[in-house]
Amino acid sequence: MTDIIIKLTAAEIAEKIASGELTAVEVTEAHLARIEAVDEKVHAFLHVDREGALAQAREVDAKRERGEKLGPLAGVPLALKDIFTTKGVPTTVGSKILEGWIPPYDATLTKRLKDAGVVILGKTNMDEFAMGSSTENSAYGPTGNPWDLTKIPGGSGGGSSAALAAFQAPLAIGTDTGGSIRQPASVTGTVGVKPTYGAVSRYGMVAFSSSLDQGGPCARTVLDAALLHEVIAGHDPLDSTSIDAPVPPVVEAARSGSVAGMRVGVVKQFRGEGYQAGVLQRFDESVELLKELGAEIVELDCPSFDLALAAYYLIAPSECSSNLARFDAMRYGLRVGDDGTKSAEEVTALTREAGFGPEVKRRVMLGTYALSSGYYDAYYGSAQKVRTLISRDFDKAFGQVDVIVSPTTPTTAFAIGERVDDPMAMYLADLCTIPTNLAGNAAMSLPCGLAPEDGMPVGLQIIAPAMKDDRLYKVGAAVEAAFTERWGHPLLEEAPSL
Amino acid sequence: MTVTELVSYDEALATYEPVMGLEVHVELGTKTKMFCGCATELGAEPNSQTCPTCLGLPGSLPVVNGIAVESAVKIGLALNCEIAEWCRFARKNYFYPDMPKNFQTSQYDEPIAFNGYLDVQLEDGEVFRVEIERAHMEEDTGKSTHVGGATGRIHGAQHSLLDYNRAGIPLIEIVTKPITGAGERAPEVAKAYVAELRELIKALGVSEARMEMGQMRCDVNLSLMPKGAGKFGTRSETKNVNSLRSVERAARFEIMRHAAVLSSGGTIIQETRHFHEEDGSTTSGRVKEEAEDYRYFPEPDLVPVAPAREWVEELRKGLPELPRVRRNRLREEWGVSEHDMQSILNAGAVDLIVATIEAGADAASARKWWMGELSRIANEEGIGLGLLPITPVQVARIAALIAEGSLNDKLGREVIKHVVNDEGEPDEIVEKRGLKIVSDEGALGTAVDEAIAANAGIADKIRSGKVAAAGALVGAVMKATRGQADAARVRELILEKLGVEG
Repeated sequence: MTDIIIKLTAAEIAEKIASGELTAVEVTEAHLARIEAVDEKVHAFLHVDREGALAQAREVDAKRERGEKLGPLAGVPLALKDIFTTKGVPTTVGSKILEGWIPPYDATLTKRLKDAGVVILGKTNMDEFAMGSSTENSAYGPTGNPWDLTKIPGGSGGGSSAALAAFQAPLAIGTDTGGSIRQPASVTGTVGVKPTYGAVSRYGMVAFSSSLDQGGPCARTVLDAALLHEVIAGHDPLDSTSIDAPVPPVVEAARSGSVAGMRVGVVKQFRGEGYQAGVLQRFDESVELLKELGAEIVELDCPSFDLALAAYYLIAPSECSSNLARFDAMRYGLRVGDDGTKSAEEVTALTREAGFGPEVKRRVMLGTYALSSGYYDAYYGSAQKVRTLISRDFDKAFGQVDVIVSPTTPTTAFAIGERVDDPMAMYLADLCTIPTNLAGNAAMSLPCGLAPEDGMPVGLQIIAPAMKDDRLYKVGAAVEAAFTERWGHPLLEEAPSL
Repeated sequence: MTVTELVSYDEALATYEPVMGLEVHVELGTKTKMFCGCATELGAEPNSQTCPTCLGLPGSLPVVNGIAVESAVKIGLALNCEIAEWCRFARKNYFYPDMPKNFQTSQYDEPIAFNGYLDVQLEDGEVFRVEIERAHMEEDTGKSTHVGGATGRIHGAQHSLLDYNRAGIPLIEIVTKPITGAGERAPEVAKAYVAELRELIKALGVSEARMEMGQMRCDVNLSLMPKGAGKFGTRSETKNVNSLRSVERAARFEIMRHAAVLSSGGTIIQETRHFHEEDGSTTSGRVKEEAEDYRYFPEPDLVPVAPAREWVEELRKGLPELPRVRRNRLREEWGVSEHDMQSILNAGAVDLIVATIEAGADAASARKWWMGELSRIANEEGIGLGLLPITPVQVARIAALIAEGSLNDKLGREVIKHVVNDEGEPDEIVEKRGLKIVSDEGALGTAVDEAIAANAGIADKIRSGKVAAAGALVGAVMKATRGQADAARVRELILEKLGVEG
């Protein structure tokens, strides 16, 4: 039974719970059993909240028995990235500095999930403070890619994407600052969406780079992602940058996938050196498929995209250097060296030395430097100008096309340990995803096949204008249906059983 | 620390021209904090008025308090500033344990109000214009209590206690442009500016601006340059000068100290200094070896503030009469000198007198009672006039009783004493204690007759034309009536009975 349940989509689970075919407790227990069986190998979870999950499941079942109306995802289990605060449940952001911290409050997203009856199974592994593209920067050890456990599951949200690919949860939550939802989705053969900036509340999401961070849905199908999108998106008065407008009709779009008559852009800059041959091959096939499905393909030139990576690595570290200043051992989390003889400054320094990993330290130093007086204009100031140029390139492009497509990331999953000593190589993983974060618009990654050379999943990125998130689902659903038909089954069925 | 021999004030001013810059922080009286919904009431249990946002917990986010923005715009308008059409908050990054996020959400190069001025009136009536650089919004820090050290400062303390109730309370920082040309009156200008600003803030109703409660705090920046020079000297920054008198004293002390250092060939170090209430001196705080780098950048967690022009104009129309304008109007209405008006202001009596007049008293007697007898009592009790347990309505009633001849001044003072002692309303006291003037002509006539009979010699002198001697007989009558007679009427009766023209 467990094997059948864990292969169901979120939409199917919700339907079976609503009809009484399955109980939420059965579904939750099946997933907890799966986690118990495989997570020792995968290490997708940092914390499994068995009691909390079952309590929530029982509540959904009780509601159903009382005849109350259930939400569209009631009783469906979910893996929550360990960056969202959960009242009474540890939240570490993958860092030692928050080890043992029990938040006294729920993030808005956490609250919405609970209110919708979604069952939160636990908190997933991630690169420390979401800084990384492989989850190797987690202070709690790496996560394996269920396609090949010696390879990375992407990052920073590698725990969430691995949990999906390993069938430990049908839904997951990620956050995307430079690609942390889409790149993990790409390398694990799953679906991930970075909604328009401001679509999903950031209240209770531990900040890395405030102007870029965006929470979003992760799933195994486009429709499941849309159902989750609808639950978590919407205006939040606690987040000033939250958009006060109706959520685009994403579920409707996912149920009516089509690209007929759409203009689809292919950007010149998302190609070239550093792209794996098999990735480009699958991408080109995807473009052909779109044509076959009735889309018109338009070549685009977005010259400022070449500057995106450089701008990102000034803006994100700058904001993080300020956001992480609060971790000073005074109020919460780790405290090292407080033996009664040391000053507050010494305790703060010792705590940070022990509590932050090398990548976090590197970015805090980069950002501190970039913001210092005398350098601000040259670094942070210039990066903001590049950001404006990128937005203009997007505006121009979306004057000509409805969506843009590209490979999600230039290569398939690389081996654990392969790039840890080469930060620049690591940063290149986000080459195609970063422009969207800088401009604040929406993008999705979904599977488009396996690279012939290594048999690992390749992701197709779809980019839409801000607040047109529904287009991602419309196009994504069409592509997903066509590929599934071509392959004869969903891609994940080709993943080895763990 | 080497002790610097001070140069006399006059000597200092003979050689140097002081340049001042005043930075005043005002805690707004909003019900909730700047960026969260926590209460702002003073005196609550430590850390009881906190939430994830004002504690800077991971994941928390700020939301701007609209009332605070409105207050800031009102202050800006009252200070004749331009109001930004679009401005942002910025993060000021520095470390201190009582600052939860280790950055202060403030404003940097885009203040909400800028380029204004405030005219302040000195004691002799001279008006001095203080130019305003900017007024910007920010949040207060928490409060540290350092335990175990000798000085109460962090240095030498064994441990520190942190109270975050104050963290996130809205502050408006008002910064002047360099104040030049005040010469020897610089300290007086500083004091008058802070006093005027306090009146203004109170009149706007945006804060009680009580300096003794830390609701208004002043930093005094001061430098000297040789007379006639165009380039400012190095400044010192005396922090947290928290009374009007201290502002004046701190400026004065720094003028003398700077002059002493410069005259002896020394150089002023750019530093912060602590002010000492006991002797009015300042001592070196932390030396700023280089300008601190706050790594300002626009706050990405907040959207820009863009006050609509129509709204700003609406607020402008709703501004109350400015204190100085009002004071000048009242001064003319009351017919008092600049100097007397200044004393009334210093005594905190303006509003009390206005209220007393509104309750029916004439201006002269309202002023006389508040600035005379009532000030004397307040002084004796060591409390402010406003805290005396007597209301303007009660004072007006006493004035009315005097005007109608039921009381004289002496009896009036007597009634005031009993009102302040909480014995009831003026009329009750007059009744209960029998303080009414003896105006019964028969009873008074008898008293006068008796006085004449008992003082035949004096009566003769008066009859022979020495009218001035009547005073002695008036005194006798007043004594006999225990002061409850109208002295003027007594005098008339005496002269009448003795057949003399007054």
